[in-house]
Amino acid sequence: MGLLDQKFENSNVIITSMDNLLNWARLSSLWGMQFGLACCAIEMMATGASHYDFDRFGVFFRGTPRQSDVMIVAGTVTLKMASRIKTLYDQMSEPRYVISMGSCSNCGGPYWEHGYHVLKGVDRIIPVDVYVPGCPPRPEALMEGLMKLQEKIRSESLAKKKTA
Amino acid sequence: MIPQEIHDALVSHFGNAILDAKLEGVFDPFIKVAPDRIKDVAQFLRDNEATAFNVLMCLSGVDHTGGKLGVVYHLHSMRRNHKIVLKVDLTVEQPHCHSVESVWKTANWHEREAYDMYGIIFDGHPDLRRILMPYDWEGHPLRKDFQVPEYYNGMKVPY
Repeated sequence: MGLLDQKFENSNVIITSMDNLLNWARLSSLWGMQFGLACCAIEMMATGASHYDFDRFGVFFRGTPRQSDVMIVAGTVTLKMASRIKTLYDQMSEPRYVISMGSCSNCGGPYWEHGYHVLKGVDRIIPVDVYVPGCPPRPEALMEGLMKLQEKIRSESLAKKKTA
Repeated sequence: MIPQEIHDALVSHFGNAILDAKLEGVFDPFIKVAPDRIKDVAQFLRDNEATAFNVLMCLSGVDHTGGKLGVVYHLHSMRRNHKIVLKVDLTVEQPHCHSVESVWKTANWHEREAYDMYGIIFDGHPDLRRILMPYDWEGHPLRKDFQVPEYYNGMKVPY
């Protein structure tokens, strides 16, 4: 993130590649679609609050999928909700990323054995970029997940074809 | 009123609709009622001045194994400060019970949940449909012989 704005030394012109510029722009303002389903939503709210701030990363919770870049699936995904999640994921425009927060959306969580209505992991319906483990993950853990997503975006290239 | 007095008042009014009672030695004394007369019994218990059960605390379905279902009603009276439990016995082949929704409005959602989870059908309910599971779910999950489906709408359900 500090790559490009450190280069303003002598003049106000910097020369960079399109990849670097686009990636830096994308990762510095990841507008997230809030998708708090269960208890992980509280930790996501805590991460967005003043102590562990999300806004200093440029993350800004939007209510609509049409205007967001990343969907943070926080909480237990039931089968009833899964069809809605698929609809909302399809409504996001590219480039779009998914962070799966908490063990319920990673793999079904504590309901893996007997949950008859729990989807065992949100990656059964949408492609996930970063998994944040924890039940619930601490705000610092979610922030590390976000930073990992930022590193993933930093290494993207216009020439490479995006997978789904 | 103590549970014995409530039981006596019910028997004197309804006679053979009151099937059984266990009033001693349990934490919650209960009275068993026939399934098709439960609404009249409930109306009487609510409107009678001596019993005055104006609150239905809880309505839940039960699955006693062996094809036997049941409904349990927990009633409470704010004016008289007493409570009682009513029980109804049903079977899987004959899961019909009269609805008490016209007596206590809170039974609307409680009976929908009992229908969704156990398959108990409440006659006279204005809007009996699933409340927790999706609308196209098959089966009643809290029955003891419920099998988790392999796939639901293309999603694999078991781990």
